[in-house]
Amino acid sequence: MTDTTTTSTPIPAAPPPGSPAAKPGSRPGSSPASAPTSFIGALEIDVRFLGMLGALAVIWVVFDILAGGTFLTARNLWNLSVQSSSIAVMSTGMVLVIVMRHIDLSVGSILGVTGMIMAVFQVSTLMPTFGFNHPAVIILTLAAGISAGAAIGALHGFVIAYLGVPAFIVTLGGLLVWRGAAWAVAEGKTIPLVDDNFKLLGGGANGSVGEMWSWVIAIIACLAIAAAAVQARRQRQRFHFPQKPVWAEFVIVTAGCLAVIAATLVVNAYTLPPVLARRYAEAAGLTVPPEGIAISFGFAIPVLVALAVGIVMTFVTNRTRFGRYVFAIGGNPEAADLAGINTRRVTLAVFALMGALAAIGAAISTARLNSATNAQGTLDELYVIAAAVIGGTSLAGGSGTIAGAMLGALVMQSLQSGMVLMRVDTPYQNIVVGIVLVFAVWIDTVYRKRIK
Amino acid sequence: MNAVTSPLAPGASRIEGTPMVEMRDICISFGGIRAVDDVSVDLYPGEVVGLLGHNGAGKSTLIKILAGAYKPDAGEIRIKGEKADIANPRDAKRYGIETIYQTLALADNVDAAANLFLGRELMTPWGTLDDVAMEAATREVMGRLNPNFRKFKEPVRGLSGGQRQSVAIARAIHFNAKILIMDEPTAALGPQETAQVAELIKQLKAEGIAIFLISHDIHDVFDLADRVSVMKNGKLVGTARTSDVTKDEVLGMIILGKSPPGALAGPGAATD
Repeated sequence: MTDTTTTSTPIPAAPPPGSPAAKPGSRPGSSPASAPTSFIGALEIDVRFLGMLGALAVIWVVFDILAGGTFLTARNLWNLSVQSSSIAVMSTGMVLVIVMRHIDLSVGSILGVTGMIMAVFQVSTLMPTFGFNHPAVIILTLAAGISAGAAIGALHGFVIAYLGVPAFIVTLGGLLVWRGAAWAVAEGKTIPLVDDNFKLLGGGANGSVGEMWSWVIAIIACLAIAAAAVQARRQRQRFHFPQKPVWAEFVIVTAGCLAVIAATLVVNAYTLPPVLARRYAEAAGLTVPPEGIAISFGFAIPVLVALAVGIVMTFVTNRTRFGRYVFAIGGNPEAADLAGINTRRVTLAVFALMGALAAIGAAISTARLNSATNAQGTLDELYVIAAAVIGGTSLAGGSGTIAGAMLGALVMQSLQSGMVLMRVDTPYQNIVVGIVLVFAVWIDTVYRKRIK
Repeated sequence: MNAVTSPLAPGASRIEGTPMVEMRDICISFGGIRAVDDVSVDLYPGEVVGLLGHNGAGKSTLIKILAGAYKPDAGEIRIKGEKADIANPRDAKRYGIETIYQTLALADNVDAAANLFLGRELMTPWGTLDDVAMEAATREVMGRLNPNFRKFKEPVRGLSGGQRQSVAIARAIHFNAKILIMDEPTAALGPQETAQVAELIKQLKAEGIAIFLISHDIHDVFDLADRVSVMKNGKLVGTARTSDVTKDEVLGMIILGKSPPGALAGPGAATD
């Protein structure tokens, strides 16, 4: 089908309906892309994303001052990254749900029930079958959890897309149903995890990759950033399109690499307490010098999982037909329908994906707690939605980015973590988080109105 | 050849051969209201047929059936004399039917290229979107339609009315359209842009593309169309060659539902 598209109907050369020349009232700013006007414009970066980074920096600095220098420490930032992972993973799916003008209130409950399913399946079936710490245990645990999550999401999607029940109601029902189901799976018992490989997903000293691997990952990330820039440039060269100035490419690649290196330095600066380090080194057969040994945590595995999910979801959003359709449907459902897109199937797929991501979130949070409880993930739906919205996803549909939502998750977690360090009581924490959410969306609304 | 010596029945096309499109006895109801009631129209290659009627006469509904957006309750569609099964917009596009909707049907949040290729994206061998190739094709087609267009990277919500219109037109003519449906194509345009669209219609017609031109305004259509079909309250009042009837007579068809002598009366013609 795509072949025929190039042999287009010959188009008459003359008529330019609505050319700027023909319409004196046409907007300014239609300057050729080859002659960008401002510094930011030349870099072609999302201004909103920059604004969020700025806001995050302000939050961090303010908390560091208020909490007496305890916020901007390697240890706290490392913890922050781990604590944000589960919400960040789920927020990537919530972006697509909200972009399609839907909502999913059930993710916290799906997290609860899939966490429970994974724990019970692991303890009662996989462990007896394969034995202690067999590699198949983690693979099958994850497979079971993710399939269960995807199936639950697909069920929601089916009711929403094919039976026409509003997503708000379907997932509100789901919130109650799956929370109840989480209790029913083990009749309210807390199920401790047994597989050590699975526990790595939760982070901690073991669930981190250490100093050397962190640097390996950092180098690969830097190379990938540079390669992506070169590739994009080559692609545009192929068709002789206007290019970004070379210096702009350098600025972006350098900034990206510096961010990666800074993150790596931070996670590597967080070291095991001396006693644990000694024990760890001895267990690994290293000779410990008398002055002690510094063993870095490095990147935590849940953080790497979240980053991998973020990369995959960004790819899905920007580079696949599915992602394009999600945005087109969010922008104008009728137009998408008239363009021949099967909007129902895409809706179902988005909710199934959301369910699968909730299961990945469940794997991270159950592994972090070393056990599954039926209350796990309670209120997570609100944090996930808040992360997506703070990250610039418009509840009117049609716009949002994966990176923004993940940053939003980090902002939410920073607020909570900062207030814990300041010893603010939980009810007051909720008050602050609630106010910040409303404030952030108000700022975004003002910004959107201004650029319109 | 003038109307008096024409060997053809009133309202029939002068062009010989099988029609490009025949819609026969089409009916569709929404909630008990017959939006389109036993309407038959046809369209020959290289012909422009104006579909006229008041707002709510059923023109857009009839045309949405041809475009695959609605499924008729009764009646059949023939393309080049063969029965066509059009169940959705994709089927219609497979028959070479392209539509420019009154609302333009653009996804406002994505750029011109994404809209142009919506539903028929170009893919790389890796199965990913080939955005660069799509942008290249868009630059080419827009370069001819609207040479001053520069906003290739911008969501189409940031475009002017005329620019949005040209994106919608580009989408319809880029994919080898054989049959073009234009629903109020000039409703949102100024006089100069309207003239440009008229010029475009003439050129497309010269290339042998069959065009349904829908309007509630007779002046938009009369000079461009070879024939007009008039609808009133969901029924066909009649079809006439524009050379056989006057504007006033067509106006009478639209307002009073009266089929003049030069027209082929339809089931909706007023009997007095």
